[in-house]
Amino acid sequence: MDRILFGDNQFFGVNHASDEKSRAQAIRFKDDSSIIRTLGYAQEAGINTFMCTTHDRISGICDYIRGNPDKYQGFKIYPCMPYAHKYANAVTELGIVGTLKEYVPGNFFGSIFKGGVAFVSKDYLSMMELLIDAEMKMFKGISTPVIFLQNVVTDLLLGLGMKEVLKSFYDYVAKKYNAEAGFITMNLPKLLSVLNSVGIENPIVCASINSAGFRMSGGKELYEQTLKQGKARVIAMQVLSGGAVSAKEAIEYVCNLPNIESILFGASSRGNINETASLIRQFDRTTELSESK
Amino acid sequence: MAFGFNNVKIEEATTMIKVGLIGAGKMGISHLSILGAHPDVEIVGVSDTSKLVLDVLKKYSGFKVFSDYSKMLDEVKPEAVVVAVPTKFHTIINKTLLSKGIHVFSEKPLALKAEEGEELVRLAKEKGLVTQVGYHNKFIGTFMEAKRLINGGHIGDIFHFTGESYGPVVVKNKQNNWRADPEEGGGCLMDYAAHVIDLINYVIGPIERVSGAKLESYYSRNVEDGVYSLLELASGVGGVLSVNWSDETYRKMSTSVTALGSKGKIICDATEIKVYFKSSDVPGGYTKGWTIKHINDFAVPVDFYLRGEEYSAQIDYFIKSIQKVVPNDINTFETAWQTDRVISLIKNCAKK
Repeated sequence: MDRILFGDNQFFGVNHASDEKSRAQAIRFKDDSSIIRTLGYAQEAGINTFMCTTHDRISGICDYIRGNPDKYQGFKIYPCMPYAHKYANAVTELGIVGTLKEYVPGNFFGSIFKGGVAFVSKDYLSMMELLIDAEMKMFKGISTPVIFLQNVVTDLLLGLGMKEVLKSFYDYVAKKYNAEAGFITMNLPKLLSVLNSVGIENPIVCASINSAGFRMSGGKELYEQTLKQGKARVIAMQVLSGGAVSAKEAIEYVCNLPNIESILFGASSRGNINETASLIRQFDRTTELSESK
Repeated sequence: MAFGFNNVKIEEATTMIKVGLIGAGKMGISHLSILGAHPDVEIVGVSDTSKLVLDVLKKYSGFKVFSDYSKMLDEVKPEAVVVAVPTKFHTIINKTLLSKGIHVFSEKPLALKAEEGEELVRLAKEKGLVTQVGYHNKFIGTFMEAKRLINGGHIGDIFHFTGESYGPVVVKNKQNNWRADPEEGGGCLMDYAAHVIDLINYVIGPIERVSGAKLESYYSRNVEDGVYSLLELASGVGGVLSVNWSDETYRKMSTSVTALGSKGKIICDATEIKVYFKSSDVPGGYTKGWTIKHINDFAVPVDFYLRGEEYSAQIDYFIKSIQKVVPNDINTFETAWQTDRVISLIKNCAKK
């Protein structure tokens, strides 16, 4: 994985620190062209991986990428599925079974309902596979070497103790898409021990890691200990959620931690993208220098 | 975990609590996951009416599952139960649980009709049981801070308040579940506005009178999609309630409270609190004029995060109340019943 990954929260009005900013961003990125322009700023800053939700609007971005292969040579997308609000809103309206009927493609669901409730375990997992395929459709022809499960699903399964389902996601993504599974989580230490227990070694895991300890469940110290063990390929996100800390201090903190393979951030303006990317590179150099001494 | 609600000193809790779940829908499954990750909880049973949901929970989580909740209560004898069924079943189930001496965490609102709450409150008191209702906003750091500033008199005498919530639940002419049925507790008043009313009761002060109310339907046939009301506190302070669940410009439910006082103003939502002080007589961390603080500054640390700290924090508070580590004075059946009574006042006022 590249050292710096570009995120998409800013495009879809997701801002964990301010609802008001969320809405302002939703207005700013109303058109696909504004998203594409900002992706261009990221590319100019040397960032070639876009980690994005399987939001409906990404499909328009994918069309553009496919249509302009020269502009996107070596460009990768890491899809993160599902776009949870789509399903959450559907569950509110249709219930769990109704939502599955709506989103699981084909007659699959109809057929298992016929003849009563003769479920076998295989059916649930193939239902999940169909949902993955539905989410992956828009990325056809685009390089997606890592496919992520969104934290709301990863952590839901984690709390429910559904290890087998996490493992099935991992296996299916490898088999069908020749990709590595990634897991976004707000519970890094807990998740790693569960993934290990089902035989997933050195998984790709994306988690909130910041100097303020924000959204680091179990505490910052526990995260730091977990990182030291080096049993995962970690992507740090929400690195700037440092409260009163400056961007410089926030990035310095993350760059100094051991075993963080990549840093994910999203920004709207060219200035912020350049600033964050160059801060990461600057502190990486400082760390390398001090390590080689 | 180190929670400091109401400055109660927290000791390390070790007693395991046997918990059951009734209703594994959207909220129920979320609670179940949080319970599953809680170090002091043993999930002894899950009951639901969906065979599919039960089958999945049995197969992949290994929970004991029941299609009949009474059977679950008899067989696995939970000490505490989380109830997340459609509102119309709250009273009958909660009453059964309390009669059997079981601690209850119930989803909101407490009951379909305000009269039903009284008996539940009395029963819980008689039996000395822990009760809690899922008004999770009270566990959000920014709203806790707003309450602290208002209760501490920092913005002076309140002149006026506004409580608002908007979101995209019903944005087209199609709905066929319990949330669209007034007899089952559907509608924007019970579903969305209940949160805002409860939050006003807690953060600003108890609502005593409703002097105007309008319930409007845009897409729903049988229930309201918008709730607008003029409220009055016991102190005589007036405020406005504006709630609408048919607003797709919001990505998800977004709740806010504004209070204007003699010394300043507070605008607060789940992500940030903006405070304006007229003079330099300000509490620590604030300055004259505007100060904006974000949830990052106030987030309650949790051991397991699923959809927001508040969801884990409220379940943890329930468990710690049973363990007698915290006092069980947030979101009790009693305060939820007060909210039910305001809902009923709004309904009656709108009918006039």
